[in-house]
Parts: sequence; C-alpha cells; structure tokens
Amino acid sequence: GTNWEQNEEIPRLPGETRVTDKDVIYMCPFNGPVKGRVYITNYRLYLRSVETDPVVVLNVPLGVISRIEKMGGASSRGENSYGLDITCKDMRNLRFALKQEGHSRRDIFEVLTKHAFPQSHNLPFFAFANEEKFSENGWMVYNPMCEYRRQGLPNERWRVTFINEHYGLCDTYPSLLVVPYNATDDDLKKVAAFRSRNRIPVLSWIHPENQAVIMRCSQPLVGMSGKRNKDDERYLDIIREANGQISKLTIYDARPNVNAVANKATGGGYESEDAYPNAELFFLDIHNIHVMRESLKKLKDIVYPNVEESHWLSSLESTHWLEHIKLVLTGAIQVADKVSSGRSSVLVHCSDGWDRTAQLTSLAMLMLDSYYRTIEGFEVLVQKEWISFGHKFASRIGHGDKNHADADRSPIFLQYIDCVWQMSKQFPTAFEFNEQFLITILDHLYSCRFGTFLYNSEFVREKEKVTEKTLSLWSLINSEKSKFTNPFYTKELNRALYPVASMRHLELWVNYYIRWNPRIRQQQPNPVEQRYMELLALRDDYMRRLEELQITNNSKIPNSSASSASPSQMMSHVQTHF
Amino acid sequence: EIHIKEPIEKEVNPHLLPGELLLCEANMVYKYIQEDGSNRGTYGKLICTNFKISFLDEDSASDDNEPQFKNKIIGENDITLQCVDQIYGVYDEKKKLLTGQLRKYPEKLIIYCKDLRVFHFCLRYTKEEEVKRIVSGIVHHSQTPKLLKRLFLFSYASAAPNNTDGRNQTVMFDTLEDWRDELERTKGNVKYKVVVTNEGYRVSEKLPLYFVVPLCVSEENILKFQGRGIPIWCWSCHNGAALLKMSTFPKEQDDNTSQMQKAFLDGIFRTISNPPYELLKREDLSSSLPSLQDIQTAYTRFKQLFLIDNSTDFWATDVKWFSLLESTNWLEIIRRFLKKAIEVAECLERQHSNVLLIEESATDLCCVISSLVQLMMDSYSRTKSGFQSLIQKEWVTGGHSFLDRCNHLHKNDKEEAPVFLLLLNCVWQLVQQYPPAFEFTETYLTVLSDSLYVPIFSTFFFNSQHQKDTNMTGESLKTQSGPFRFLTVWDWSVQFEPKAQALLSNPLYAEKPKPDKSQRKTTRFKHQRQLSLPLTQTKSSPKRGFFREETDHLIKNILGKRIGKFIINSSDEPHNSFREFYDSWHSKPVDYHGLLLPSIDGPEIKVWAQRYLRWIPEAQLPGGGTIATAAKILDLMEEVQSLQVKMDEEHSQAVSRDVQAVPMLRNSARLSSLFPFALLQRQSVKPALPTSTWKDLEDEDDLVKRDDEFVDLSGDIS
Repeated sequence: GTNWEQNEEIPRLPGETRVTDKDVIYMCPFNGPVKGRVYITNYRLYLRSVETDPVVVLNVPLGVISRIEKMGGASSRGENSYGLDITCKDMRNLRFALKQEGHSRRDIFEVLTKHAFPQSHNLPFFAFANEEKFSENGWMVYNPMCEYRRQGLPNERWRVTFINEHYGLCDTYPSLLVVPYNATDDDLKKVAAFRSRNRIPVLSWIHPENQAVIMRCSQPLVGMSGKRNKDDERYLDIIREANGQISKLTIYDARPNVNAVANKATGGGYESEDAYPNAELFFLDIHNIHVMRESLKKLKDIVYPNVEESHWLSSLESTHWLEHIKLVLTGAIQVADKVSSGRSSVLVHCSDGWDRTAQLTSLAMLMLDSYYRTIEGFEVLVQKEWISFGHKFASRIGHGDKNHADADRSPIFLQYIDCVWQMSKQFPTAFEFNEQFLITILDHLYSCRFGTFLYNSEFVREKEKVTEKTLSLWSLINSEKSKFTNPFYTKELNRALYPVASMRHLELWVNYYIRWNPRIRQQQPNPVEQRYMELLALRDDYMRRLEELQITNNSKIPNSSASSASPSQMMSHVQTHF
Repeated sequence: EIHIKEPIEKEVNPHLLPGELLLCEANMVYKYIQEDGSNRGTYGKLICTNFKISFLDEDSASDDNEPQFKNKIIGENDITLQCVDQIYGVYDEKKKLLTGQLRKYPEKLIIYCKDLRVFHFCLRYTKEEEVKRIVSGIVHHSQTPKLLKRLFLFSYASAAPNNTDGRNQTVMFDTLEDWRDELERTKGNVKYKVVVTNEGYRVSEKLPLYFVVPLCVSEENILKFQGRGIPIWCWSCHNGAALLKMSTFPKEQDDNTSQMQKAFLDGIFRTISNPPYELLKREDLSSSLPSLQDIQTAYTRFKQLFLIDNSTDFWATDVKWFSLLESTNWLEIIRRFLKKAIEVAECLERQHSNVLLIEESATDLCCVISSLVQLMMDSYSRTKSGFQSLIQKEWVTGGHSFLDRCNHLHKNDKEEAPVFLLLLNCVWQLVQQYPPAFEFTETYLTVLSDSLYVPIFSTFFFNSQHQKDTNMTGESLKTQSGPFRFLTVWDWSVQFEPKAQALLSNPLYAEKPKPDKSQRKTTRFKHQRQLSLPLTQTKSSPKRGFFREETDHLIKNILGKRIGKFIINSSDEPHNSFREFYDSWHSKPVDYHGLLLPSIDGPEIKVWAQRYLRWIPEAQLPGGGTIATAAKILDLMEEVQSLQVKMDEEHSQAVSRDVQAVPMLRNSARLSSLFPFALLQRQSVKPALPTSTWKDLEDEDDLVKRDDEFVDLSGDIS
C-alpha cells in the first residue's frame, strides 16, 4: 500500500475509507489485458492502468457487484487463468488476473467479498458512512400529504387515514393512505383480512376532471374453494361509486390468466364475476419476476462483451426483453385510457401488488399527469408508487447480499425505467429529465451510496432511520439539476401522453445496456442537443445586445466605433437555409 | 354497413399538367380512410390519365387545411402510373392480383404504391360500365409494357411552356468542363485525364460522352473492347489514391478471345501499376456482394412488411417484428454494402492504395460502393449540391439503368432491382448516425426516393446518357419545334414551394468552418471512452517494471491464436485490418468534415422509419418523434434570424422594414411524428392498442408458472 497516500487522483467521497490496493492485470474484454493497480475502499473498486495511453480507468461502486468468483487454482497453467471474475448487476463483468504466488488472491478476494456484501458480514451499507454534503435535501422531495393535496385530496369522497401509522394494518404499505370516505377504518381492517399481505385497495391517483381513480392492491384470498368476503365486495362497490359514475369498476389483473388461476392453489386468486357483479376483470398477461430475470440474463448474453453480430434482430427477439416492455406499456396504456376516458375507476393488482402493479400504476400516472414528467415530479412518483408502497428493492436488487442466485432478485425497476426511457424516446419534448437522469437513477439503484433504494418497506426504513442516517439520491440530482435537464422540454399541462407500444417503435436502450462497449458510439453530448444549446445561447446573446443597442439608439448617441462586432459578422454564426 | 355522407354529385375538375390527358374515369367510387378498420371514407371520382391515377372528392376542392408540406405535382390522392406497385382486386372478400386482361371485375380495388401508400377503393356503387373502363384502364396503363416514347416525360416536355433551367449548383457531368473541374477539385489531374474518345458514342453507348482514365491509357486501348476492361476514374482521395471502376468482358467467349482479353488486361494493369501510379487493389464486387437478384428479393419481402391493409394486420405482424425484419435480409444487405465501403475507404485512406471496383457493367453495385465511399471520405458530397453532383456523376451520367432497374416500362421484370433505393437506404444510416454531417435531411432522401416515380424529370427515366441524347432529338424534330427540354429532379422548386423546401435542409448541419481552425479545435468536445461511471482521465503514471514478462506473454497469447470470448470479433485476418481501421478512427472525436465511418453493429442498423412507416396511422406519435426536437430547433433558428434582422435595423437605424423570415412550423409542438407526410386527419386521443399480443413462452414453461414469491397464503385467512 505505498501508492495510496500519494495518489491524490483517486477519487474519494467524504466518509470513504481505503481498504487495500494491489497490482493486477485487468482483462479488458475489448482491448485485451491491461496492466494496472486496483484500489479498494469501503465504497468502490478503482483501477488505473499503468503504461498505457490513454489511461484506462475503472470506477465501480462495490454495490454493483453481484458475484465474485475465483478463477483458476494455484496449479493452473496459462497466464490468464488465475485471478478473480466479478459479475456486476449493471450488465458487465470484470476480470482481473493476478500473480500466481503467495496468497496474493486470497486477501483481495476476502476484502472484496466483505465490502461488496456488507449485509452478509454484519457491516453497514456505505450509505451510512457517506458524509457528502449537498445543497439540496432530497428527503424533502416527497411529502405524501403534499402530494395528495396536489391531487386535490382529501375531498368529499376520499379521505386520508392514519390507520397504518404504526404499520399495524399492513407492514409493507406507507403509513398514510387514501381511501373512500364512505369506508370506515373498521371496514379497512376487514378488507385487509381478504387481501394478500393485507395490501388493501387504496388510491394512487385521481383524475382532476372526471374524478375517476387508479387504485392499487394485492390479489384477493379466494383460494381453491372460491371464498368470498362481503366486506371486500362492498368496499369495491364503494370505490366504484366514488367517482359518481354508474358504470362498472374495471379491475386489471396484471398477470396472465393461467397464473391468476394457479394462484388459487396457494390461497390467492382473482375477483370472480359472481362475487363482484359490478366489476369487469381483464388480465394483462405480464409475466412474473422469474421470467423477467431470465429475459435480462439472455439480453446480457447477446450484448456483453460482444454484440451479437450475424443475427442481431432474431437474437434480440429471442430474449423477449422488448416484448415484455411492450406488454407492460400496453397494460399501462389501457389503465390510463380507461381512467382518462372517464368511463370508470380502475383497480390494479397482480399477486402482491408491489412489482407489476407498481409498474402499471406509475406508468399510467406518467401518461396522465404531466407533473410526473418533471424532474421533481418523477422523483415523487418513484418515491410514492415504488418506495413507499413497498416495492422490495432490497430483495429484488439484493443490496449488499452475497446470495447472487436468490430467486427473489429481478430487474422489475430496471424494466420500469426502460419503459420510461421508451416513452421519452417517443416524446422527446415531453419530459423535463434527460437520459442521464434515468441512467443515474439506475446506477444508484445498485451503488448503495444513498439510502433511497435501501430496504423493502417504509416500515423497515423507519426502523433503520434511513432519512436521518443516510443521504437521498435526489439530493445529488437536485443539486445539479442542469446536468439532468432535457433542453427540449416543453411544458404541457393536462395532456395525456400515450406511447405506441409497437415493436416498430420500441428500441433496445443501447446507451444503457451496451454502454460498456467502446465500439458503440455514444455521441455525448448529443449533437442535436448541443446545437440547440448553442442556438439558445446565441439567442440570449442577441437579445442582450439588441437591448443594449436599443438603449444606445434611444439616447441618440451615434455609435460609430463602440461595438466591436458588426451584425454581419455575427450573422455568419447562423446558417440560413431559407 | 357503410355510413357515409350523402354523396354530392358535384363536378370536380381534375388538375391536369401540361400534356396530361384524361383517359378514363369512374364516378361514385368510395375511398376508404385507411385508419381504424372502420368502413369510413368518402365518395368521389376516380380517374386515370397518361400521368397518374387520381381520386377526386368534394373535400379536395376546399383549401382550408392546406398541408405545410405539399407536393405541387403529386397530391395526396394522386398516384403516378410509375408509382403503382401492385393492384389487387377483391372478389367475394378474396384478394386477387390484377395484371393483364380481366374477365371479371372486382368490387374493391387495392392499389399498393412504390412509395408505400395503400389505397382501398370500393366500386360497389359505381356503374358497371365505368368499373370496367376504369379498372382495365388503370391496369393497362400502369401494369403492362410500354414504349419509352409513351412515357409522360415526353408529352410533358413538349407541352410544358418555357421549362426553367434548374441546374442550380448541381454539376451535371455532361460537359468536358465538369469533369475537368472535378479532377481539379480532387487534385486527380496529376495522374488522370478526361477523354473525348466517346464523342458520338464511338466507343460505347453505355459510357458517357466524357469520362476520366489514367494518363497512360491510350485512345486505342479504349476503343479496342468498347470501353470494357478500362479503369475509369471515379474520385481521388486527398492522399492521391484513386477510386476506379471497370466493367468486365462478357463471359462466354472462345479461347482465343479470352486469351486476348487477358493479355489486354494484364497490359492495362501493368501500365497503371507503374509510376506515377501506385498499388492497385482489385475488388470484384459481383463476387463479394449480394447480387441484384438478392437485392430485389430482399426488398420485395421487406416492403411487404409496410404495405399494411388494416390495423389487425399491423398488430399481427408486430408480434414477430424483429424476426420478420431479419428474414427479409434487407438490413443485412445494407450492412454488407456499408461494410464493403468501409473496406474500400480503408485501402484508400490508410494503405494509400488505388482501388479498382470491378463489375460486369460497372453501373450497379459499383455505383453504390463508389457513392458511399465518397460520402464517407469527401465532405463536399455531404452538401446538397455535392450529393446531387455525386448522383449525376456516378449514377445518371455514370450509366445506371434507371429505366430497367425501376422497371418503369414493365418490359422485363427480371431486370428490376432497387439499387438506387439501396444507396438511399445506406445514406440514411449515415445521416441518422451523424446528424450534423449532412446538409440535407432524411426528408430530402425520402422525397428523392419518391421522385424516382415522377416522370416529368428526365433524371431517373433513362438507362444512359446515350439513350437520353438520342431520344431528345430523333423523330420529335419532325413534329416539334426543337429538341425536348427535360426537367431535372434537382430543381426542387418544381415540386415544392420554398417553405416546403426548407424542410429538405438540415438545421443541424455543421457548416465547414472558414479559416480559423485553431480555435475550433479547442472548443470541440473531447470524446471519451466510457468505462465506468465518473471517468477521470489522467496522465499515465510512471512506469514500473512489475509484471512485465507476464503481461507481454499474456498479450501475445491473447492477440495470437488463442482468442477466447474476450476479444471482439476474432475472425480472420483481412477482417481484423478492417476492424482495426474502424476502431482507431472510432477512438477519436468525430470530425464532421473529415472521414466518416458508419457503425455497422446490429443495433446501429435501423429501419428508415420515415420512408417506410409514414403512411401507417398506427405507427404515428402525435406530438412525438424526432420531428418534435427538429421543430424546436427550427423555431429557435427562426427567432434568432428575426433578432438578426432587428439588430441590423437598429444598427442602420432604418425604419422597420417588413422583412420576415419564412414562418416555418406553426404550432410545431403538436406535429405528428410522421410529419411532413401523412398529415393526420386523425385527431383522436385514443391510444393505439395492440390487438394481438404474444403470450407463449414455451421454453421457459416452468418459470412462467411459478409465482413471484412462493408463499402459501391459504393459512393467512383463518
């Protein structure tokens, strides 16, 4: 560890402490082996090459590491056969070759394992050690009461209940819930008994004009025998009536029909026509977390390290990744359209109501409410529909957990962000945030630098004092908003935005999934964006000069030599094609 | 079943061009609005002239919502006879292809166009006599063989008054001076010369009047085999290396002749390999690229994917979209042509080697490759006039058989192959990968592709310069006052008003900076390899001897034979030099005025959505698509320009003149992604919803059936 102290160029966050460093060969999949030195802290793995031009740098938060494997043994032949193989959660692998003598590998393996998987070693996440300071406090972004007030709630039909204040009704729901005015807290308790994990139907969003609502919940506990629950049936009827329409309540079950039926075997199921004559049920055919996980795995196989060359399109199709995206978007469009047309209120659930349900409600809300298309609005949306309503980030991502093969892991949130990206690609002026914003969210979904995505529920987060002891990702983002702002954003109020969920328009998000490949050109900054920014600057400059000129002219002072640049000179900055 | 407005028997007069004659017509034809599978539509009159098929409805008379981007020659309900791809008749719900003589007349007519529009006409309410006349008229005039002189081109040229000479700045390459200038521009005149040997077409009718050959090639040599076996100059690279093309000798020959030919060729190669000429790399395109037949087959399959009858069709093909696309092979063909062009560019640029493209006639694949190479290497050809001059040089004067390849005369289906369209598709890939590098837009390319089927321009309606020259005078002299004066497609004012023409110019085009290069360098963005999140570029640290042996050995191993899954693209040798060339270029920042290489990785080769999806209502994004950002840029440019005008006024203290920039895109915020095409009548707010989705995941069955988390809930209820 001689290099460490002198080397000022190795980035370190306040609160980040060194652990070890070592000479290695980085087996770069694109440019071959690179000799370098790797530095490990409690937050990151940092590699800098030596004797190469340009210098190769790797800067990897330990949180992205999914799996660390030893490759080769002490007796292995071949130079590249002994070292470490690191699988990351962000679509890449890292391989380091090490000297085959002394226990050179053991130390680094142990250190890495310990700090990459702190939860498996009774260590805290780096987020709890992070001492960064930001000008904005991201924890202030989401205040449920403010958000509901923004929606015009509570009103004469919908009330705020504190029944879950201590998470007594449902430990995976937020403490503050919005429910029909005509349902008592006692009713809610009875309904909770009939909904998987007590996740009762509660309001997510209300249409400002037609008062139709998006409700979310988990599946009803129907079971094989087809149990019924009068309270649940009545509760759904109250919801139906709350928007003043006499039409049926629309229930979207995100699952494929067969899966919903199969769930009966384990006590779950769906709302039958007999029990709920005033409801119409549709299945949206979105597959489960295991299918999504396998699909992403296949996608990685065709893009990393090599981009499948000969049969790119059919390979892409065989991963089904974009088809899943299409189904999720299609489902969300249906939800949004139903609510927007005002024909009826909508109830969305899957099995537990924290994966597919969150995708659908938050996408539908993004389509219907332009507030969520702003930077802060989107943060609120994620905070509300995902974080507070108990999307199990800890289980789905496996933060700090060494069990890489855990069947609970699944890229549900990534899939959601991909859907958002698809929308922003189709409507490049409708979102205040840019691609970098989405990529940054995904990067810190894994990094464990912020408390934002840690733990499975508000209940646990409160217990762990996350808001007191960690920083919010939104602090980072809101402190340098310009970096994440889309210059083309055009504010439009109350415009429903329906993407076209056709494969003709869906694209693989190359800048995310294939970003490690140096052959994929990432024109950063985007030339179209750059040109626009130049024009904006030019316009502002002209306006300023014009104002000056007008002042000068008005005061009748002839300016023969005052201005240095003549207008004809400036004219050459702008090409005129007209 | 059909709900429509009461048909008004109102006389609508067709808009006819000079020389255009009405041949037949039918009233009470019902045209479906191809939108939502409903039977909505309008009644009107269907006519067929010697130029076009046209549907006239009463609405077309009103000019209330004049589209912003209107073609002055072809209206939205006009189909030129050459633009008709296929005609189907519907008999009892069954579609039948209509080609020649008809025994039965259909109740519905579907016309598929080469610009991918689809028209559905219902003839059920039309008088039988009129049905017979219009259907057989349309089929006859658009689908059966035709004499060249019967092309509308000639009637128009003789009837149109005072045709403008719209050459603009496009170099036509029909004079000696044009070639001399081009030689001078590229500094090719040191080693190459223009020859006049073909004056009077003494050498060959396929070759242009004037062309360029190496200095050492004699007139005698040129004459010997009718210009075959002669390297003909296309372009010279800044380092002096030249791109040449050559047609081969006909294959079936007796031994004697082929011996002679071989000796002749050897002589030619020997001469041009001597100083001042350098290395000559020969590229036999017919053996290394897809054939014309492959191109035709692929495109025929490909276009079918976009000729959508209705919404059900659209969503049914959506499910397997990527594999359908792949199975057409069209994108793969684009990829292979781009790749070949990069290989040729590498020879010229890096190896300083002359490249000789060889093909039987040197007028098909040669044209594609030589054009692409010039577009990649010569920024002049990325300007509008440069591009048009390039098309003149390589294609029009160069002798590409447009008439046969487009099958304009329906003479021989076997000759048909969309070679020029392939070029435009390849150029589009470059345009979308490097938006600031081109002076023209994708809309320019789209309307250029549409112009292939507009027979008022001579540009795409002859097989060679000779054919044009001989038909320009000839018999017509007897009846006419003089030779025909044809229009060129490059006179865009014939088709578009200035405000529509503005959409052909790229507002992002980074014009070549004039003198101060030094300043530009510093302001340019520095390209970085993104290897990790925040990337810090630092100077290399002091060398240390650590691991030297191991690494060296390792590197040898890896770069040697044992290349595992680790290194991208580990195939054969020539391939590697291509890769190396591409990678080394790619690692530097893009110079939009320098060499420009397309990325040809799978995800980078895309479908030219504007051309192919523009008429499909399901594919449209109201207020979305790339036009949304382009419109904002145009709006802003307009604002900046008006500020410039105001500043001028302030400077000169002149009274406010009424100088206004052309208003570009009003209410641009809500343009459809299909703009400027298919101006939507569809204002509905209903989202497009897939009607058929994919559900089965056979291979993953066990996963599919699993629950998200297996927890038995049945216990919870008690």
